[in-house]
Amino acid sequence: MNLVVIETKSAGKLNPASLETIAAARELGAPVAAVLLEAEETPLAAELARQGVERVLVARHPALARYSPDVWVQSLVQVIGHAQPKRVLLPHSYQVRDFAPQLATRMAAPLIADVIGFQGEGFVRPMYQGKWSAEVRAANPETIVFATIQIGAFRGQPAAGTAAPIELVTVSPSPSLLTAEAPFQEAKQAVDLSQAAIIVAAGRGIKEPKNLELVKQLADALGGELAASRPICDSGWLPMDRQIGSSGQTVAPKLYVAVGISGAIQHLVGMKGSRTIVAINKDPEAPIFEVADYGVVGNLFEVVPELVRALESSPA
Amino acid sequence: MCLKQVPAKDAPLRLAADQRSIREDVAFEINEPDAFALETGLRLKEAHGGEVAAITVGPARASQALREALAKGADRAIHVTGDDAPRLDPYAAAEAITRAIAGEKFDLILTGLQSDDAGFGQTGVIVAELQGAPHATIIMQIEPAGADRVRVKRELEGGFFQFVELPTPAVLTIQSGISKIRYATLMGIKQAKNKPLTTVTLEEIGVNPSLNRQVVEKLFAPVKSKGTTMIEGGAKEQAAKLADILRHQIRL
Repeated sequence: MNLVVIETKSAGKLNPASLETIAAARELGAPVAAVLLEAEETPLAAELARQGVERVLVARHPALARYSPDVWVQSLVQVIGHAQPKRVLLPHSYQVRDFAPQLATRMAAPLIADVIGFQGEGFVRPMYQGKWSAEVRAANPETIVFATIQIGAFRGQPAAGTAAPIELVTVSPSPSLLTAEAPFQEAKQAVDLSQAAIIVAAGRGIKEPKNLELVKQLADALGGELAASRPICDSGWLPMDRQIGSSGQTVAPKLYVAVGISGAIQHLVGMKGSRTIVAINKDPEAPIFEVADYGVVGNLFEVVPELVRALESSPA
Repeated sequence: MCLKQVPAKDAPLRLAADQRSIREDVAFEINEPDAFALETGLRLKEAHGGEVAAITVGPARASQALREALAKGADRAIHVTGDDAPRLDPYAAAEAITRAIAGEKFDLILTGLQSDDAGFGQTGVIVAELQGAPHATIIMQIEPAGADRVRVKRELEGGFFQFVELPTPAVLTIQSGISKIRYATLMGIKQAKNKPLTTVTLEEIGVNPSLNRQVVEKLFAPVKSKGTTMIEGGAKEQAAKLADILRHQIRL
């Protein structure tokens, strides 16, 4: 049996990355059990039970009200000890990256991070910032293996299966050494771009901050959110919360339009899971075209205004 | 503070004969995320006093990274050296760090978020586990919070942040881009020559790749994911075709 550790969003909803991780686990063939950590009973367990898993394990404890790495690790050690899985898969989220290395080490097991595929008993992960892929396996085939699944690498699909049984597992974590305050947003207009269906992103190719307006017009014409690659946010042209990439947000919208973005790997890891990618760039050799479904080699200062006009003249 | 020496950003990365690693005949530099951790350590020292020690696990070439850290202002350096160092997994590397500093007392252990080469992103957190110390990751800001406690600002996903208080000694992994990294001054480079750089071999502390919990079997070129449809024509024609595709095929 393989175990998937579910991550929830603060609003008591499933993180979409959790569904992707279930999809990844199902690809391995063996039955999949999902683990939910919660402070009190919510409808989440029942929702999970219909996501194509064999079993839902629920650990319920007041200490699980707010994330803390030590409390999560202690609780998961107990759940994993109870379930005895072969592998434990987790989404490669900030939260998981915070506790999973500790969890795996405590269980004398490897954590294979940022997995994008499977190869027999091995796992495929990027190395050298995506310039190379690596096949990685556990040194000892007898140990349990922990793996984090890259966001966007597998397509999460809500399954309409019959409800799997839900089992409560007792956990007894000691109080956290950390005092975690409530999460907060810094910028007033902060957006969760991971929820946007359409994203139009600007890169270095726009040259000057005033040209952002052009990209903004395209985002408006498509009814999408405006975003950017790191250099644009580092220069202060757009707030940091609109940055896509390894140091910003990871997104997988229905449509991603990259305007003047060359496609450094740090950017690509944040958006290559998008369903349809359109790239507009003057350099035909730009790596962004390697992940694009549709490519326009041209001058963005000519193409983008024409595109806005064409979209506005006969809206969808 | 822990740092790693990695291939320089623009270095051509060619496969070594073993098909599992990258050829060593390139330029190396301090891993950029670790450079931010070093900068954070130096600023903490300037604001609150104390000492900054830099440690690396790497082959002979990595002493250059420590020299650079000393030139920037670190007080002393520890080189855990051995030809096997590049073949250690994050657990074995964390063991090497932990064993090399056994008996020393630090208030904070700082690392970058991940390395730009292997990109495991685990060594710092595993060091915390092996030390039995609390940790916090993706740190934007650090301030003292009374005796033997720090209050740190963590970056979460989706534009959220969080303040966390934790007792020291603690391990913190530092977010990149939070400060401007200083250059070494000529004076600093000169002074670095007289600062202590101690060397410990992996053999002395009993660390080798047999401790690895994961193994890189082989490296290969990433599979190109897609066939791209290129839209030809002048700007106006390209825009019209693209608008049509967006409207009909993608069905906005």
